[in-house]
Amino acid sequence: MSRVVILGAGGLGCPAAMALLESGAPLEILLVDDDRVERSNLSRQVLFREQDVGQPKASTAARRLGGSTHFENIRFSVSNAATLLRGADVVLDATDNFETRFLANDACIVAGLPLVHGAALGWEGRLLTILPRRTACLRCFFEGPPPGAQPTCAEAGVASPLCGLVGAAMARAALQVLEGAPAAGVLQRWDGRTGAARPLALQRDPSCACGILSPCPSP
Amino acid sequence: MPITVKIPAPLRPLTANQSEVVVEGATVQAAVDELSRKFPGLKERLLDDKGALRRYVNLFRNDEDIRGGQGLATALREGDRLTIVPAIAGGR
Repeated sequence: MSRVVILGAGGLGCPAAMALLESGAPLEILLVDDDRVERSNLSRQVLFREQDVGQPKASTAARRLGGSTHFENIRFSVSNAATLLRGADVVLDATDNFETRFLANDACIVAGLPLVHGAALGWEGRLLTILPRRTACLRCFFEGPPPGAQPTCAEAGVASPLCGLVGAAMARAALQVLEGAPAAGVLQRWDGRTGAARPLALQRDPSCACGILSPCPSP
Repeated sequence: MPITVKIPAPLRPLTANQSEVVVEGATVQAAVDELSRKFPGLKERLLDDKGALRRYVNLFRNDEDIRGGQGLATALREGDRLTIVPAIAGGR
């Protein structure tokens, strides 16, 4: 049985987890999120209902998903990253802030784990599958996070259907990794208004630290 | 020579919500300068105070990352498409 770790049980994490479980693939899911359900989430975070407002997202989503779904109602951090990723076969980054996204990237590089990066803001959706030391990582493309606070979905808005599209695409990308046929190294971009897809092939940056980090030995 | 610049969603407030605009420029630098004249505030989002491309923004000439070429000095041809790809974090 494969193990999929999903960081973020929100707009992308909910549909990604649903699509993974519906695929019928033999897998278990670990949902990681320290956030609680807010009423404004309900339009796009499709696992939650009115009665869930105020409840922890990860455990609430896991309960609704059923099956082999586990949860941690905690924030993914430097101190727990190695523990949370232990035994994973693929990691989905469905978070909403740059700090966690770059941490997920770095932790997966160090652990040698495939990472499926998804993002959605406004009408723009993105997907990138990263194979450590084989394809461009997040830092190859963006050397680091922008300074200062950046708009999140809650602040800048996000088209609800776009979350379903990107989340499902993240699930598909994770299944491709598990099947040994990952479509990595290409940044997929969608315009939610027109439905247009605009892929961009990314090159590894020879000066990026991902090229020199070695995988940690298994405990 | 006219080229088309694709504006990502986070920067559209600076371009009156236009998703693409046409500017003149023989190089990426010239196109960015022209873009900045037309849309005040955009240059600061793309370049740092030394005039270098910010580390969380990428520019693609057609489908080629300009960092893999000659950076801002990359030559443009009529009909080229310059795509701005900033980092975005939204997902939850």
